Amino acid sequence: MKDWEYRLAEHRGTLTALAIFVVMFIIYTANHPAGFTANVIQTAANKGVLLAFVAMAQTMVVITAGIDLSVGMIFLLTNCLASWLVVGSPLETAFGVLVVLAVGALCGATNGAIVIYGRLQPIVATIATGAVYFGIALLLRPFPGGSVNEHLADALTGRIFAVVPASLVALAAVVLLIWVPFSRSVYGRAAYAAGSSETSAYMSGMPIRRGKLLAYTLSGLVAALGGLFLTFFTYTGDAAFASGNAYTLFSIAAVVLGGVSLFGGKGSAIGAVFGALAFRTIGDLLFVFDLDPLWQPLFQGLILLAAISLGALALFRVRNRLEWFL
Amino acid sequence: MTRATERKQGFMRSLDPAVLTAFGCIVLLLVLGSFYSRSFLSPEYLLQQLKVASFLGIIATGMMLVVLLGQIDLSVPWTVATGAMMACAAAAYGPLGTTLAIPFGILCGIGIGLFNGVGVAYLRIPSMIVTLATNAVAQGVMVVYTGGFSPQDSATAAMRYLATGALIPGIPNVVFIWALIGAAMVFLLRRTGFGRAVYGIGNRERAAYLSGINTRRIVMTAFAASGGLSAFGGVLLAGYASKAAQSMGDAYLLPAIAAVVLGGTSILGGRGSYLGTVAGVILITLLQSILSVTQMPEAGRQIIYGVVIILMLLLYGRAPASR
Amino acid sequence: MENGGPLFRMEGISKRYGGVRALENAGLSVRAGAIHAVLGENGAGKSTLIKIMAGVVAADEGQMTLDAQPVKFASPAAANAAGIACVFQELSLIPELSVADNIVISNPPTRFGMIDRKAQRRIAEEALARAGAADIHPLALVKDLPLSRKQIVEIAKALARKPRILILDEATSALTAADVSKVFAVLKRLRAEGLALVYISHRMNEIAELADDCTVFRNGSKVASYAAGTRSDAEVIEMMIGREYHSVYPPKPGRLAQIAPVLETRNLSWADRLHDISFSLRSGEIVGLGGLDGQGQRDLLLALFGVLRGLRGTVLVDGSPISIGSPAQARRHGIGMALIPEDRKTEGLMQPMTVRDNLSLASLDRLTRGGIIDRAKEESAINQMMTLLAIKAGNIDAPVGALSGGNQQKVVIAKWLMRQPRIILLNDPTRGIDVGTKQEIYLLLRRLADEGAAILFYSTDYAELIGCCDRVLVLYDGTVKRELAGAEITERALIASALNIPSAEPTQREPAQ
Repeated sequence: MKDWEYRLAEHRGTLTALAIFVVMFIIYTANHPAGFTANVIQTAANKGVLLAFVAMAQTMVVITAGIDLSVGMIFLLTNCLASWLVVGSPLETAFGVLVVLAVGALCGATNGAIVIYGRLQPIVATIATGAVYFGIALLLRPFPGGSVNEHLADALTGRIFAVVPASLVALAAVVLLIWVPFSRSVYGRAAYAAGSSETSAYMSGMPIRRGKLLAYTLSGLVAALGGLFLTFFTYTGDAAFASGNAYTLFSIAAVVLGGVSLFGGKGSAIGAVFGALAFRTIGDLLFVFDLDPLWQPLFQGLILLAAISLGALALFRVRNRLEWFL
Repeated sequence: MTRATERKQGFMRSLDPAVLTAFGCIVLLLVLGSFYSRSFLSPEYLLQQLKVASFLGIIATGMMLVVLLGQIDLSVPWTVATGAMMACAAAAYGPLGTTLAIPFGILCGIGIGLFNGVGVAYLRIPSMIVTLATNAVAQGVMVVYTGGFSPQDSATAAMRYLATGALIPGIPNVVFIWALIGAAMVFLLRRTGFGRAVYGIGNRERAAYLSGINTRRIVMTAFAASGGLSAFGGVLLAGYASKAAQSMGDAYLLPAIAAVVLGGTSILGGRGSYLGTVAGVILITLLQSILSVTQMPEAGRQIIYGVVIILMLLLYGRAPASR
Repeated sequence: MENGGPLFRMEGISKRYGGVRALENAGLSVRAGAIHAVLGENGAGKSTLIKIMAGVVAADEGQMTLDAQPVKFASPAAANAAGIACVFQELSLIPELSVADNIVISNPPTRFGMIDRKAQRRIAEEALARAGAADIHPLALVKDLPLSRKQIVEIAKALARKPRILILDEATSALTAADVSKVFAVLKRLRAEGLALVYISHRMNEIAELADDCTVFRNGSKVASYAAGTRSDAEVIEMMIGREYHSVYPPKPGRLAQIAPVLETRNLSWADRLHDISFSLRSGEIVGLGGLDGQGQRDLLLALFGVLRGLRGTVLVDGSPISIGSPAQARRHGIGMALIPEDRKTEGLMQPMTVRDNLSLASLDRLTRGGIIDRAKEESAINQMMTLLAIKAGNIDAPVGALSGGNQQKVVIAKWLMRQPRIILLNDPTRGIDVGTKQEIYLLLRRLADEGAAILFYSTDYAELIGCCDRVLVLYDGTVKRELAGAEITERALIASALNIPSAEPTQREPAQ
């Protein structure tokens, strides 16, 4: 095999997600009454970017062979916090953004510390911390409300040069500034290695704990970025339980579509981002085909089911039945 | 050693520290509550709590079965709602529908559970994922079915009687039902081959498979049972409230998992006793009751829940150190 | 360098796991530019010793010195930093990462805080070349490589750390013959470069070819250190086992009647692991599976027990072809097969469950009526097994994990004997258990055979094959290379055929006059 073949194999999951997204998006815009216009793209981008952030956050935990069922709640919590803090003069706004991001990172780090140092299972630990984060969000915003610095909000949700959606640029910047350095750092590799085989990683003397803790912390940070953007889009904070749960669920779907292995050690947040965009586009296909929006939850559930069933196909290649139980 | 003392030792061992801690916390909560109001120790209050706990108890029974296998069932919210809605829906179809309302609701739950079970046991999809997905699909189906509004059908008289009546004066039927289900579960876990296999699979599925146990069928059955019990819980809840509601199951997922885990059942499977789950259910119910009596807002309740669960897990639910 | 003091020295090392003594006052001394072979039976403490040396576990007592300075390793990373690299028996590679990622794993080259992929690639290619495996692509994922190549990557990974001391723990056990000779050439070159190598192997011929110094371990202590070539193989084996090893085995019945086989396979093949295996097993017979570890013995047992999918060829029970799709089918009445698995911790027992629960787990179908456990029946079946195998358990309602290794293994065997199997497959059942229990197991196997069971017995211990088996099938690379019967079963014959050396038989016959 040649170098490029190995690289292709390495990125197969990401490329598949990209392909699904492109095909779905073409179908979407082709059938959209307004067609392929800057407006349509901006709206689609703004919706997709929110899930993309949450999916990226989920990926960071999933590669360590964990799962974060509190990610949607961190997203809500930071949304509610931003609706208090990201207001006023530019200086105050900047301070508010920093606090929101720090709180997100703190939530992620708390999850990580409980899982790594408390040695609890990620699934139970994050269900419990999710309740706490939701509770705090509800304390902050018992009723939907608040506001946000609208100049900043409009700048980040509008278009650059009247064409490119600013939210997509922000998403790309986050990928480049957070995900790429992380995944290529020693700690990022330790996080991957811990997800693939924790014993081997330990035997090789890798900084597993710090790698995992960093992954959880960055996950919280990225979820907070999602929460910020939610505030920019809606101008309000809203502690809606169902919405938080839906984001957690959809983030898992996006991660699976994006070729990230739920068993850990494999996949890229970039794939998850495309998975999220593809998932959103598929969900919106209903609208361009003029179907009753009532069908949307069912449709999304079925996509999720189809996505995870794809992963099960590998099972039929297993020739030693004991491998079922690994 | 005589058989009686052996049995007694077996019983003592089942009272592991987790179960004792849970019971200790129950006593502590009651004592704390009695400082707030004398009525906390009155039989009426305790019986009322037991009644409220029964709904959670029935749902947590199914959850426990799945957790003992080392799996988890996150489809509880919409399985509960589906059971409730389908039972109420059946009631709209004349006398036959009214008669079959309860079994039909439970059957829908078993169907969801079977789907989960096939995904987990035969397709080897992680239970967390497949149950999340079926939860979403069940929600989608129910949203389409109800048109997005709260369903108008109301519960049958039988459902209301089971949930609110009292066959034996003083003891609410639902408590009685929970006791029956609990007894059946204890029998299942302790005295049947199925129960042994459940513990075996939860401890080490590989070894259970190599022992010639049909692990896949048992896992599938357990999920079906969990679905059926969740739906039955939903049927009873619909009877209690006289009708089904969209998000009636949301409030049961976290408490069901918490009750099972606080009762000392290992989330990794293979270890736990039903007595512990009973303790966990009562503990959660009392905690909820006290938080609501003290006018604690929803936000505070969520936070205290989460924190209590994490603290208790840190006390005794930790994985062993690696080195 | 030649006559300098030892590079690395361990003295008075003791280590216990729970109540089990793994090492007692053990020591080792290695010098630069030499290969030091560490010998000993399974469970003699070799692996623990090198784990301590590599910082994987901490010793309870004892000192280590490097360049005459006392050292202590808190972690594998600390040992690495001191120049000690280890190639472990169980692979320490990360399956989802590429070969290059794995090779530089403990100390990747970085630029601006990020891993420098070009530098990484260069280091990896260099290390692979040094390990004699320039044909492995650095971008390939480790999980896609065959076992033999993974082992080489493991060696390259150790070399990339530029160690002064390289430890190889059974590093050649998974290698194909072609790879073994490559690795040997590499090791010899490393020795010439001045590295100290510690080499653990069960294979005497490898040690004869490679070693400069040897140390023999037995029961967690050092027996002797000597310069290679100064002791005969017989003396070495005597040191390792420390006893006459014939006496512990029950007498064999000699020639068996040629009755129809209970179990027979014809051209059994599976994936690229088993090729055209044909053999037969009769009632009353103990047939051994020999050969180096990992030549398909385990796969063969799993294939017979219905665990593997996509088998080709025929399996016959009582002369009629059958297909077994799961252990549940294999144990059924008409077949009556049992498998004592390799790893009792993960495959044989549920450690936290009680002795009682474990014993009845394989017979639940027979101990229940209408799904409900018949307690009286269970009790009597358990009592019978406890007596038959003399299982020492204070309380059968205590967790099985609390028993000694030997007694745990007895429970695994007992759980299957409860079904009175006709065909018993054993996968290295005596590994890591005490000599007394081993002896009991040998007696039991013979007794079961005398009572009519057909036994297929895989063992990594040649002495067991010699002592217990009526016939031995030697596997090499997934096929039966040789079948030895009766007096042909000698250590020499076993080793020769295990290594696939065609005519390594001693010159038994004088040339004809």
